[in-house]
Amino acid sequence: MNSERRYPETVSGPFEEPPIQFNDRDGRDIEIRPYDSSEPEYEALVEMYVEFDPADRAQGIPPGRESRVRTWLDGILADDCYNLIAWDGDTAAGHSTLVPDGDDDYELAIFVLQDYQEAGIGTHLIESLLGYGYSEGINCVWLTVERWNHAAVSLYEKVGFETTGAESFELEMAIRLAEDG
Amino acid sequence: MNVLVGVGGSNDSPAAIERTIRRAARIADELTVAICTPDAATDESLAATVTTTLEEHDITAATRHVSGQPGSELVDIAESEGFDEIVLAGGRTSPMGKITIDKTVEFVVLNAHTTVTLVR
Repeated sequence: MNSERRYPETVSGPFEEPPIQFNDRDGRDIEIRPYDSSEPEYEALVEMYVEFDPADRAQGIPPGRESRVRTWLDGILADDCYNLIAWDGDTAAGHSTLVPDGDDDYELAIFVLQDYQEAGIGTHLIESLLGYGYSEGINCVWLTVERWNHAAVSLYEKVGFETTGAESFELEMAIRLAEDG
Repeated sequence: MNVLVGVGGSNDSPAAIERTIRRAARIADELTVAICTPDAATDESLAATVTTTLEEHDITAATRHVSGQPGSELVDIAESEGFDEIVLAGGRTSPMGKITIDKTVEFVVLNAHTTVTLVR
């Protein structure tokens, strides 16, 4: 989207790599693993996003209607993207994704279903996604976040993201996983 | 209604420019398209997109070229020349599908005393 995007000089990590298993703060047994492109996993994600609280939408995603959810998912679940799902049994509780932006870097987003928030799942979803990205040779990752979303900004800072653009409605943040070239 | 459309301030895509002008034309009695560009080469391609859109959809509009900071220029033109409304393309989407608002749109939304419409 913008080849002049700035990245921190310092390399962050190492991060855990999926698959990982842990008990969340509510004692639920959660497993995070890469999306396997199967029909049941796809439909579980659709179900998660259809149930998503509109108050937790960020900059227009996830979209509100099931048909739009499917169109949006088709884009971010494509073969050139990297996706992790946090599972509570057969229920998709959270999802993190890296989408290429055409400049050898990737845009990150993370979503946790309301019933599973504030249980430590988000931290594992983002750290294991960065570990997954690193293992696949990704050097640079960025995201945008609404500036009032302090919980999200704190989480991103905790794992090593730095604010690289603050002149707009949204903050832009970026992290370096490896040196270039 | 006297409507001012600003294009080009945010790397608007041709599709976004077409959508924005067509939407503005539906509410405008008088329509002006302000082409905001940082350099001559961009100006030429933007002007071509605007001309094509106006011709294809049979829309009558004045066009003018704006240099300098597009946000403040648009607000200034709207207020000093009696426009009722400013219409802009309402944000790009990132590869992820997130809507992002650029500096021009933010400036106009926060500073214009006219109604501002963002087209999506």
